[in-house]
Amino acid sequence: MIKYASDDLVVSAAPHVRTRLRVPLVMWVVSATLLPAIAWAGYVFGPWVLVVTAAAVLAAVVTELAITLLLRRPQTVSDGSAFLTGLLVACNMPATGWGVLPLYVPVVASIFAIAVAKHAFGGLGQNWINPALAGRIFVFFAWLPAMTGGWAGSPAFDVVSSATPLNLLKFQSGMMQDGLQAGSQAVLGMRLAPSHGDLFLGLTPGCIGEISAAALLLGGLILILLRIVNWEIPLTYIASTALFSWIFGGLAMTGQAPSFFTGDPLYHVLSGGLMLGAFYMATDWVTTPVSFGGRIVFALGCGILTVLIRLTGSNVEGVSFAIVLMNITVPLIERMFVPRRFGTSEGRAA
Amino acid sequence: MSVESVILLVMSAIFINNFVLAKFLGICPFIGVSRQLDSALGMGMAVTFVLTISSVVTWFVHSYLLVPYGLEFLKTIAFILVIAALVQFVELVLKKSSPALYKTLGIYLPLITTNCAVLGAASINVQKGYNLLMSTVFGLGAGLGFTLALILMAGVRERLEECNIPKVLRGAPIAFITAGLISLAFMGFAGMIKE
Repeated sequence: MIKYASDDLVVSAAPHVRTRLRVPLVMWVVSATLLPAIAWAGYVFGPWVLVVTAAAVLAAVVTELAITLLLRRPQTVSDGSAFLTGLLVACNMPATGWGVLPLYVPVVASIFAIAVAKHAFGGLGQNWINPALAGRIFVFFAWLPAMTGGWAGSPAFDVVSSATPLNLLKFQSGMMQDGLQAGSQAVLGMRLAPSHGDLFLGLTPGCIGEISAAALLLGGLILILLRIVNWEIPLTYIASTALFSWIFGGLAMTGQAPSFFTGDPLYHVLSGGLMLGAFYMATDWVTTPVSFGGRIVFALGCGILTVLIRLTGSNVEGVSFAIVLMNITVPLIERMFVPRRFGTSEGRAA
Repeated sequence: MSVESVILLVMSAIFINNFVLAKFLGICPFIGVSRQLDSALGMGMAVTFVLTISSVVTWFVHSYLLVPYGLEFLKTIAFILVIAALVQFVELVLKKSSPALYKTLGIYLPLITTNCAVLGAASINVQKGYNLLMSTVFGLGAGLGFTLALILMAGVRERLEECNIPKVLRGAPIAFITAGLISLAFMGFAGMIKE
């Protein structure tokens, strides 16, 4: 047996290329880029938004701590993943006035996300479903009225407490086109469609983290520039949603003759949870494909399902379902894009 | 009976009223044979075949045998007989043509007889008063939906093999948790087709 004089020669397994990117760093940076959107929601809709956020984060962190203790596994609270999951759960809760959304809704969503969607499958990096979205969908069907009603108006701005932009699209689609074309006009004494500007700034009712496209776009761009998330999934997702809503959006309008290529892609892109989903949920490292081609297929599927559910489903918003449905298909997508083994001419390695 | 309504019926049976994920029929093979993608695909095709053919045959049995003689109360037992015979047929064919698949499917192949999805489709056909074409199409759609659910589940479960799942949850428990989460996701399709 050879003995080395020093520790200069270290035999270790791949990978040998090191990076300073670590899981905790990533998690805290992503969390930080979400804060502007949440702070903006707190400013627009009042302090209950911040209470809900705190409850979701606290529940997520406490659940993480409890489970790692119970299972006698390494304690992982400090890596920030539970904190981020809590934040994302909060982003998926409706922004309501003081005390309207019961606090047990975000708390149960966080507990479900951490305990069932993440730790039941072995913890960080092993879950096949996005934990925050699993939590959201669970409480969405458990407390449907709480999750779909009570949209807050804004005390600070001229936001009417009514339906969300996508609700409007679904239930008042007949009048929608006129309202849109004339900007945000008061039709029938009620402000119908928010203008693109309002959607961009987040001056419409909606979920906590999804209302302001501007804040999310900023956070998302920072993440892409830092190379924490890839650019291909958000781009493909948003572009395909725009494309399909432009092609098919006109078919769902009831007030006019159905025709192709008459949808309003910008409205679809800026409203609902698309920005949040595209930048923060569909780019999750764990639950999305690792290959370039796989990511394109994944994001394209998300876009198609989002538009399909928005235009034809009984659920108003399709983003969360679209991403979770595509999460299910990730193992199958990965099989389609197995890289060529180095040094062989055969295509598929498996 | 337009082409459109046929397509809608198939789509509805695959996505919105998926036999496994929305109606919770056929859970036994769904959990039992979803460990590997290849056997899941084989099982899915076998069930689809049996479902489609049994929908046709049970329709004839019901409309030309049971109804004319007022024997509707024998519906369940007659249907099970038909299904059992069909499964025997599939088993013979598979044993001869694909012994590998026959071995992988194992006990679950004869168990298609008691797969409630097959009997369920036959009963739903009678309940909804579908005609011959609708029955066939519905059986096919139900089978394709079953196959889809099985393939998706197998993909996820192959991935679970590499996960550090807590000991108490390994095996069947995590499979049921996974199935529940997939089913939740499929609720996103709700309401797309008005029946």
